[in-house]
Amino acid sequence: MLEISADLLDAVIAHARADHPDEACGVIAGPEGADTPTRFIPMVNAARSPTFYEFDSRDLLALYRDMDDREEEPVVIYHSHTATEAYPSRTDIVYASEPHAHYLLVSTRECGNGDGPVEVRSFRIVDGAVTEEPVVVTSADAPIGDAP
Amino acid sequence: MAIEVRIPTILRPYTDGDKVVEGNGATLAALIDDLDSRHVGLRDRLVEDGALRRFVNVYLNDEDVRFLGGIDTALSDGDSVTILPAVAGG
Repeated sequence: MLEISADLLDAVIAHARADHPDEACGVIAGPEGADTPTRFIPMVNAARSPTFYEFDSRDLLALYRDMDDREEEPVVIYHSHTATEAYPSRTDIVYASEPHAHYLLVSTRECGNGDGPVEVRSFRIVDGAVTEEPVVVTSADAPIGDAP
Repeated sequence: MAIEVRIPTILRPYTDGDKVVEGNGATLAALIDDLDSRHVGLRDRLVEDGALRRFVNVYLNDEDVRFLGGIDTALSDGDSVTILPAVAGG
């Protein structure tokens, strides 16, 4: 299960809409071991492609150094599909390299750059095996752990 | 003095979970051979047909070795090497 706050999920969806028809990509980092996404980090798709995404190699090094310094890990790795469903493609599965991450996919095939409906689904991808998991959206006003 | 090598999560099963290991070698290829002698299987995850795999990024200090000499990049004592799998897909 992926628990994610509404404001972080909205930020991912806004990025996907803005970059359509190219694929958008990024990370939501969180404290090591906590499995809670907290810091939204949109990345440049170095491939600038409607069918492929890749973090720029220098950006990738800077991202991982920064997370190391903050004692964070990539809790969520997100990207969009702009013409197909929000399900990992064969290439997504081959290149998935963070066994602890939630792979969040957004499909903008219906909405494009507009306000229409988006499809959002989350997966674990470990050793080539894809497992879908529920996405639980928590209120932006009541972060996890806060007493009611 | 040795060369410090930072290992990504997905390859830590080869290093007993260690994030950082040390190795020696005058080139990246020699360093990878040295690492593989203690962390068997690591080389196959990094190298294919004598070249670095397309979706594995290796950095010497702050520079992607693809912009240096690739797997033949020369190393010196005290260098820091970072291995990061590409974040990519379709």
